[in-house]
Amino acid sequence: MAEVVLSVRNLRVEIPLRRSVLCPVDGVSFDIPPGDILGVVGESGAGKSMTGNAVIGLLDRPAFIAGGEILLNGQRIDNLPREAMRRLRGKEIGMVFQDPLTSLNPLLQIGDQLRETILEHLPVSKKEAADRAVAALEEVGIPAAARRIDSYPHEFSGGMRQRVVIALALCAEPSLIIADEPTTALDVSVQAQIIALLKSLCRERGTAIMLITHDMGVIAETADRVAVMYAGRLAELGPVREVLTNPSHPYTNGLMGSTPLASKGKKRLNQIPGAMPRLDNLPTGCAFHPRCPQVKKRCAVEPGPDIESCGGRAACWFAGELSS
Amino acid sequence: MSALVSIKNLTRIFDVSLPWLNRLIEHQPKAFLHAVSEVSFDIEENTIYALVGESGSGKSTIGKIIVGLLAPSEGSVEIGGVDLFRESDKAKIEATRNGVQMIFQDPYASLNPRWRVRDIIVEPVEARGGDGEGLAERLLEQVGLSAADAAKYPHEFSGGQRQRICIARALAAEPKLIVCDEPTSALDVSVQAQVLNLMSDLQEEFGLTYLLISHDLTIVQHMADRIGVLYLGRLIEEAPRDALFSNPKHPYTKMLIDAAPRLDGFGREVEPPTGEIPDPINPPTGCAYHPRCPIATERCKAERPQLRELDENRVACFLAV
Repeated sequence: MAEVVLSVRNLRVEIPLRRSVLCPVDGVSFDIPPGDILGVVGESGAGKSMTGNAVIGLLDRPAFIAGGEILLNGQRIDNLPREAMRRLRGKEIGMVFQDPLTSLNPLLQIGDQLRETILEHLPVSKKEAADRAVAALEEVGIPAAARRIDSYPHEFSGGMRQRVVIALALCAEPSLIIADEPTTALDVSVQAQIIALLKSLCRERGTAIMLITHDMGVIAETADRVAVMYAGRLAELGPVREVLTNPSHPYTNGLMGSTPLASKGKKRLNQIPGAMPRLDNLPTGCAFHPRCPQVKKRCAVEPGPDIESCGGRAACWFAGELSS
Repeated sequence: MSALVSIKNLTRIFDVSLPWLNRLIEHQPKAFLHAVSEVSFDIEENTIYALVGESGSGKSTIGKIIVGLLAPSEGSVEIGGVDLFRESDKAKIEATRNGVQMIFQDPYASLNPRWRVRDIIVEPVEARGGDGEGLAERLLEQVGLSAADAAKYPHEFSGGQRQRICIARALAAEPKLIVCDEPTSALDVSVQAQVLNLMSDLQEEFGLTYLLISHDLTIVQHMADRIGVLYLGRLIEEAPRDALFSNPKHPYTKMLIDAAPRLDGFGREVEPPTGEIPDPINPPTGCAYHPRCPIATERCKAERPQLRELDENRVACFLAV
């Protein structure tokens, strides 16, 4: 099992309500080997951030992991007590969130925040922690790191702040980084810088990255494999080039069709009718069937298929028979 | 075709000074932010003109000045031959303002949660004493919702549906020009496609002119006829869509097009652009892009390039060929 950093098996997250139970993540399974970037795409409400939060044990109550397993380097982490999970977070799993300003403490110098993280997780002296903090900032490309280490978060620009957050996620040398929309709040040129940084870190250190985003372009350029989520379930999982150029699931196909493509020029976009269903009102059968262009009788009646029983690529009874 | 909107030498300066007491104690001078500097362009009737640029480039400020939400510090904006800030004939001002509507980025913040959809949509008509009977129902069907939705409140709709309501409200006054400030940035890809398709359909149906403000080059390339690229409040390149994307002249435009993630860019290694947008309060001397420009010379540091014609493009760069 050492070949896989993160292994998620049949993960199910539930939110109990007074009268019913919502299920924002249902039967999700994937693996990430070292040095690999798994892109998780989907529209809002697809459950991609919920999946990420479940892996790092940061589900907001009342949401909880109701079933399945999460294995990190072969060890189960989904049933760890709070204290053990707290130690693991930051040490084994680093996190990068969308908004760099809210993930840094505005009242502490970034040096303090970095040193605190290093001292908490690594057996080093204060002196060494300080050196490592500077080294971490240099690694993510912050100029004059030794001088800027005493700055406060507000003194940095958005792109530089996101670099600080990445340095913070990296400083305890985790084997897995979960990046939840890391470039959504940034400008195009800065986004390109951050993506190049994530890719080089992944290559040089062999860190596994779970990259959650809604931007298909970012996924295409960054990820090795991609997981497409719809209404809490995996719709399609596979190597990024194959999934994007030759989708097996009608939802992936629809997503690709609705993304404006440079080469196609000014033509009508291929839109998916309707919107993502609400969690409290999921359709019977395959959750995508009311919007699916090639829906058959079976889709509405039988419960939604999973990827394994449909040939391993897409959760669709008719995967591979897609007429595009 | 004639120019519906003609913008000449548009400049907008914001006073961002500290309060006078702080300035006195800290010996600080007054500070000014040039959000838009000397921007000139025309929008032809029945076309889509797009303004692109990163945050702080002044694209939203220009949009606000065109609809009359902000006054220009210098320069003029003429819509159908009428300058809203200099015209003295009240009737002309009324008629022109009525012909310009706006669609905002966030469909959650731009609809009053306490109003029914019907009241929201007919407001622009009734505010000018018009009759909105049956108008909301007709417009809702035109934008792909149902007439029965007129009695509902905004919270009963999803983001994409709300943006359709915003579009219906903009259409109510029968405008000629609609300024769309990042109309789909808050929406998911599949919903974005629906809204963009709707915008194209309505353009054909009503002969509308759009000013599309966006940071997303793929949307701009999909929608626009003509594109202006802004950097730090200045227009640095302007060209028809195909000319801009196939043959960008300004190094900044090249960088933007290069850096944008591409759907077919599997494993593409981009040389990431260097630097970031400078502080607009203390912009660099000469060409504002020179600190990040790979081909900058001494002249770029000292002298500011003016827009000049080059093939189909207008470009503000000494070295563009």
